[in-house]
Amino acid sequence: MDMKVKKKLGLKERYGLMTRGLGWDTTYQPMDKVFPYDKFEGIKIHDWEKWEDPFRLTMDAYWKYQAEKERKLYAIIDAFAQNNGHLGVTDARYINTLKLFLTGISPLEYMAHRGFAHVGRQMRGVGPRVACQMQAIDEIRHAQTQIHSMSNYNKYYNGLHAPRHMLDRVWYLSVPKSFFDDAITAGPFEWMIAIGFSFEYVLTNLLFVPFVSGAAYNGDMGAMTFGFSAQSDEARHMTLGLECIKFLLEQDPDNLPIVQRWIDKWTWRGTRVLTLVGMMMDYMLPKRVMSWKEAWEIYFEQNGTALFNDLARYGIKVPECVNQTFEDKEHISHQAWATFYQYGAAADFHTWMPKPDEMDWLSEKYPNTFDKYYRPRFEYWAEQHKAGNRFYNNTLPMLCQVCQIPMLFTEPGDPTQICYRETDYKEEKYHFCSDHCKHIFEHEPEKYVQAWLPVHQIYQGNCFPEGTDPTAPGFEPLPAVLEYYHINHGRDNLEYEGSEDQRNFEAWRQQATKN
Amino acid sequence: MPVAAIKPYTGEVKDRQENFHGAQLLYVGWDQHLMFCAPFCFPFPPTMRFGDVVEKALPPAFGYHPEFAKIDWSKAQWLKSGKPWTPDFNKSLAENGLKHKDVLRFKTPGLTGIKGSST
Amino acid sequence: MSNVFIAFQTNEESRYIVEAILQDNPTAILNEQPAMVKIDVPGSMTIKRATIEEKMGRPFDLQELQIHLITISGHLDETDEEFNLSWNH
Repeated sequence: MDMKVKKKLGLKERYGLMTRGLGWDTTYQPMDKVFPYDKFEGIKIHDWEKWEDPFRLTMDAYWKYQAEKERKLYAIIDAFAQNNGHLGVTDARYINTLKLFLTGISPLEYMAHRGFAHVGRQMRGVGPRVACQMQAIDEIRHAQTQIHSMSNYNKYYNGLHAPRHMLDRVWYLSVPKSFFDDAITAGPFEWMIAIGFSFEYVLTNLLFVPFVSGAAYNGDMGAMTFGFSAQSDEARHMTLGLECIKFLLEQDPDNLPIVQRWIDKWTWRGTRVLTLVGMMMDYMLPKRVMSWKEAWEIYFEQNGTALFNDLARYGIKVPECVNQTFEDKEHISHQAWATFYQYGAAADFHTWMPKPDEMDWLSEKYPNTFDKYYRPRFEYWAEQHKAGNRFYNNTLPMLCQVCQIPMLFTEPGDPTQICYRETDYKEEKYHFCSDHCKHIFEHEPEKYVQAWLPVHQIYQGNCFPEGTDPTAPGFEPLPAVLEYYHINHGRDNLEYEGSEDQRNFEAWRQQATKN
Repeated sequence: MPVAAIKPYTGEVKDRQENFHGAQLLYVGWDQHLMFCAPFCFPFPPTMRFGDVVEKALPPAFGYHPEFAKIDWSKAQWLKSGKPWTPDFNKSLAENGLKHKDVLRFKTPGLTGIKGSST
Repeated sequence: MSNVFIAFQTNEESRYIVEAILQDNPTAILNEQPAMVKIDVPGSMTIKRATIEEKMGRPFDLQELQIHLITISGHLDETDEEFNLSWNH
């Protein structure tokens, strides 16, 4: 490298020249009218120029490296499809994780795209606008690459046919959907803390690192590649989220209590959404890299503690909800799987009871809780299934008004008792799964009274195909609701044992290994 | 402020009683019986007899549990919004003071779930 | 002192990057998992362009790390010569 005669501009200088001085103050219209949303949340910004992007990625470099990532990704997707890679996964139970991913996560990548495109427009500083623009492009790339990768599975397996339609309708998908809807209907700074900081920095590691490593371990090169390819962008997003926090806290001391409240709120909301990922890791991956609890300890507790210790110098405190997560990490994956198992008639994927050796793995990984609280329940269900009496719960559950998860979480300190919380607002009762969801409601009740709770919507008659008459004699609500969801009864839902996916996978694998 | 917004606004209450075609919602949970992952949500007419809830609506919902048939309803302990409460089986939901979105729990002492695990 | 960390996809390029990190950060802890490799270092980590170039035997732009990167933890400061991760506590 001694050959270089003329030194190029340094990274800092290139970044400065390519990102700054591109904005201007408007004169025909007042700036407050051009940027109407960046003050109402109470956040005070004095100097937008103080915003730094530590990656110092300029647009030209961005395109260059993203193009390289895409080439690698699509080479693998092609090879995977050409080699019938889907028959190389451990067993067809694994494919159910992809169904949950495609319906519950990929559409949110698209929502993240919309959110960052919107927020980028609303920030009057140039630095965050450039960063939000890159992130908006990343997020739409994630939605596209995930849909492309998983479309190969859609040629062979059930339940992958209508993710976008399902997101707005299916009961459990209202959990991730409402999370993003809550964020995108907040102001631009709350969005940045919700998605940029709490979700990207604190939580996406848990989704994209141990889970995607688990996909690789189960032989799914396609999912592994889109997962890691997406997560390589997340490293940049996390940096943006952390930068945003530092920027807000350094700009004005009045920002601290607002930012703290958002961190408290979104750490909890994110934790609740991740319940789904916990269950995917502990129950849906036939081969497991680590337990949900271990992943939580590495990526939330160790990493999160480092982060909060660091932010302490600004006066930021560890959110109170974190204490509850220390206890919850031993329970939530089991509680969630028990829920999907019993409501398996209304799910867009198959459910099953763990095999005896898998229960032993759970006992080993959860010595404090599995044998005591969950094994008796699961063994009973497995026995009943064997006896031809597989458990399907056909009565609709009570939901939390804020996280929209069925009220399946237990009382702190007592894993035998469901946790109930409620509050009255304007003569109407509202129910919550936890103190933290209740506090979120009480701070902004006018927002959460509008929640579209799937169970209540079914009872209001809003979840049947057009033209359905629920008062007709012999009307059966479940088939009508499934039709409205675009879930094919008997193919997409119910027990894994005996499913079409299971039979096809076994038959095709036989064909692949014999003449 | 009840919501952070650019101007004052009032949210539409999605689940007010008028939207349920004459029914009101009642939530019912069986304590220490986590075979049912969450309490149930039922739409019932306010004129429904409370005894009919217990005798007609609860069995299809909870009946899968082997202990459900063993419940002695005269000894069951009821909680409404977490506080002790005594229903009159022969009166309607409205006459029992139950309002839209009220939550009831019942405890069945002596029944401890599958293998005593509160399942 | 908390750890900073970085993770890469397992591939032929990241093999040299990992070797360079281990050489430049003597307290680094290597953790190999399916399809990925994670490196933790107490307090701070420095990735040097010169060391990676020496291992690879070709010019390397530190922004090429983006292609193999999975995740990071810590405050980032990147220049043409170094990619630094650190905590301020």
